[in-house]
Amino acid sequence: MTVLTQILKNMLEHAPIIKSTKEFTATRNACKLCAPLGASIAFKGIRGCVPIIHGGQGCATYIRRYLISHYKEPVDIASSNFSEEATIFGGGANCYTALDNVISQYKLEVVAMATTCLSETIGDDVNFYMQNYRKDTELKNLPHFVTASTPSYQGSHMDGFHEAVASTIKTFAQAGEKGRHINLFPGFVSTEDIRQLKQLLSDFELDYVLFPDYSETLDNPIWGTYKRIPEGGTPISQIETCGSAGASIEFGTILNQGSLSGRVKSKNLSPTGAAFLEKEFGVENHRMPLPIGVKLTDVFFNTLEKVSGKEIPAKYKGERGRLIDSYADGHKYIFGKKAVVYGEEDFVVAMTTFLDEIGIDVVLAATGGESGKLEEEIRKYCPERWENIQAKNSFDYEKIHDWCLSNKPDLFIGNSKAYYIARELEVPIIRCGFPIHDRLGGQRIKHVGYTGTQELFDKIVNALIEFKQDHSPVGYKYM
Amino acid sequence: MNTFIKDRQNQILTKGKNDAAIACGKASVAGSVSQRACVFCGSRVVLYPIADALHLIHGPVGCAAYTWDIRGALSSGPQIHRLSFTTDLKEKEVVFGGEKKLYHALISLIEMYKPRGAFVYATCIVGVIGDDVAAVCKRVTRETGIDVIPVMSEGFSGTKKDGYKIACGALSKLIGTDTTFKAPEHSINILGDFNLAGELWMLSEYYKKMGVNLLAAMTGDGRIDAVRKAHTAQLNVVQCSGSMIGLAKEMKEKYGIPFMKVSYFGIEDMSDALYEVAKFFGSDEMMQKARMLVKDELSKLLPALQKYKQELEGKKAAIYVGGAFKAISLVKALRLIGMKVVVVGSQTGNQDDYELLQELCDEGTIIVDDSNPNELAEFVKQTGADLFIGGVKERPIAYKLGLGFCDHNHERKEALAGYEGMLNFAKEVHASVCSPVWQFMR
Repeated sequence: MTVLTQILKNMLEHAPIIKSTKEFTATRNACKLCAPLGASIAFKGIRGCVPIIHGGQGCATYIRRYLISHYKEPVDIASSNFSEEATIFGGGANCYTALDNVISQYKLEVVAMATTCLSETIGDDVNFYMQNYRKDTELKNLPHFVTASTPSYQGSHMDGFHEAVASTIKTFAQAGEKGRHINLFPGFVSTEDIRQLKQLLSDFELDYVLFPDYSETLDNPIWGTYKRIPEGGTPISQIETCGSAGASIEFGTILNQGSLSGRVKSKNLSPTGAAFLEKEFGVENHRMPLPIGVKLTDVFFNTLEKVSGKEIPAKYKGERGRLIDSYADGHKYIFGKKAVVYGEEDFVVAMTTFLDEIGIDVVLAATGGESGKLEEEIRKYCPERWENIQAKNSFDYEKIHDWCLSNKPDLFIGNSKAYYIARELEVPIIRCGFPIHDRLGGQRIKHVGYTGTQELFDKIVNALIEFKQDHSPVGYKYM
Repeated sequence: MNTFIKDRQNQILTKGKNDAAIACGKASVAGSVSQRACVFCGSRVVLYPIADALHLIHGPVGCAAYTWDIRGALSSGPQIHRLSFTTDLKEKEVVFGGEKKLYHALISLIEMYKPRGAFVYATCIVGVIGDDVAAVCKRVTRETGIDVIPVMSEGFSGTKKDGYKIACGALSKLIGTDTTFKAPEHSINILGDFNLAGELWMLSEYYKKMGVNLLAAMTGDGRIDAVRKAHTAQLNVVQCSGSMIGLAKEMKEKYGIPFMKVSYFGIEDMSDALYEVAKFFGSDEMMQKARMLVKDELSKLLPALQKYKQELEGKKAAIYVGGAFKAISLVKALRLIGMKVVVVGSQTGNQDDYELLQELCDEGTIIVDDSNPNELAEFVKQTGADLFIGGVKERPIAYKLGLGFCDHNHERKEALAGYEGMLNFAKEVHASVCSPVWQFMR
């Protein structure tokens, strides 16, 4: 501990230098991941799909390991195993071998290939490879093919996620007579969130396409025998009908629509899946923040009323009422507490809005994302108090750490990676979002809707009560 | 079996049925979901525990993010190794070069954290865009006065094993640079122990009791200055032969330091590791002390193991770990607690390792190199294993199929080496195999 304290002291002494060092260019404990990871998650939301990462072996293995530690599930992601030859002469041969092996090994419906920094930099064209493969292969009953361009030097894992979603929609969605069904693009939420959203759409008696649906593929029940491809996922036949849907609902307002930070080659932002459907097929898109908290969940429910033509079912009115009732029961324990919120941009926007409506002061809202839009969005959804919220794009955990040493927050709300900072400051951390690597059940954390908010609210209030109780000289039996 | 990848058939054998030599040391087949990682991973895991060094990963964000605080390698002092630094390359640098960013990153990080040395890891993309990492490192060394060592570990340039070699090359640059130090009598280096859950501390305590001085551990609880002195030791004791044997061979050639391969898992191998060192120094007194120590430890350990052995007798285990040498020790350790090994494999074993395994295992045991989830799941089913020993990536496979699991990889939090470790191992295996939860799953 003494050495840790020493390091801490050193860092404190040097803190002002960091701020004044303009040339400081290292990321320290990144608060973001690389694009192929996001693409892999989105592709896992297609039924019968095995993602292949076109790059070195490490990319697939590291991403699998990272996802497995969160979902506690087998996550099969194949790799095209780039070698030195592939790097010099192109990854075509590796791509074909990978396709052969994946197709013959797994009985799959879809092959989804995400690129990497390596394959993109040497100029591999995976779409071209896919076309050639389809032409030349002797295999029968080929699966569907889809690709996503996800070099890790462009954006974060969220850019990869949205790119994979958009690419899948562009590849499969078809025009058709307007149907009564709707599309829901929930973005990067937990598997429990997805299950809850599906229930909710059913309760509104809506026909829907929810994509990507990894609620089962990344959170399967126990198996009797090993399943090479886990059950669940959005079927391609459904994705095809996205083009004829009555409307789309898309969670997230930043998505992949940020700045072109550092981009050179492709100067255009790619549209999201829902934006593409609106432009190509005239499917009206309702874009809104993740429904966390009463205000944002109301926005979602109001939209559902509109697109379904049905009133909110009594069940949800009850949930909303109980949630607000609990706000009254718990408000005093949280009022004015200073919170640090961090993670993906759209997660941070929604979580900040929720905390703002219950009287917690978000003092720092930080993300590793680089859209440059975080502050603007927070200003939009927290119009009264945004000036007190430090909204930081391109932040890493050590920047959060440095900031916290002089600003002493009362609690952390976000994924498990800031645990080390919370531990050092001896304040509670409420684990939510992605990843949760040091606890069980990260995939089952509910965030969205009135019940998701209820769980978060209870956890936050109880964490603060527990903190007070633990630090009280006598302890007490009533709150 | 017929839906396994065809090209892998000669990497799988069953003792008693097809005893031909196993094919190993091959690159993974494209399209397989190999449990292996890449060259960078190999270098990174070996050097990671050096706690007073700055580890800067030159590349886009992923490689650093996925290896942040990834090992349970403890340090008794500085903790710089637990931070994840990356140049976080963007498209701009990919097009115009990342050397400038690398230079500034190094200068500012060294100023801020005052490390005793720095390792700069080159990732895939650096190899492609042609940054002169070595030149930048040289310049920073000149300007800051600390050794900044390039680790050219581009992921595509081989297998994880090649990454080990590259890491050993980096260590080799440091070894011998302390020219004034004189090692005391009976000094050894331990190579290939990474001080997971404090294991190295336990081992160095054993050696200390025998009168053996631990000079440099590479790389558990490692320090730059200790590595510099490593050439003055009289003996290199090498564990996890996969990663460090190359360095031991090089040190023998360069400095005339003999080496011996040991394993610290299981009581037979652990005790041998002590006796062999005593034998090497030719000291009766030391041997006497080693015997006393072993006797003392065993008199506590063996009775404590009994209770676990009784309940585990006849249960079947599958092993799939990184290095084959560890697999060999595990086979023996499992026998000690009454269990039978039915599947054993590794990511990076060599011909010698697999021959040893073939000799050691019972008839019918499946032996496999560089396996994947499909195969492992199938083997487990075929053999009716009760326990799987592996790393994080194997854990969900075991649990999904309803069998016990023991984490024997570099993320574990339990010390499994030494005598104390053997007891922990038995406890952990017992807790998993004998849990009542499996009644709902099989």
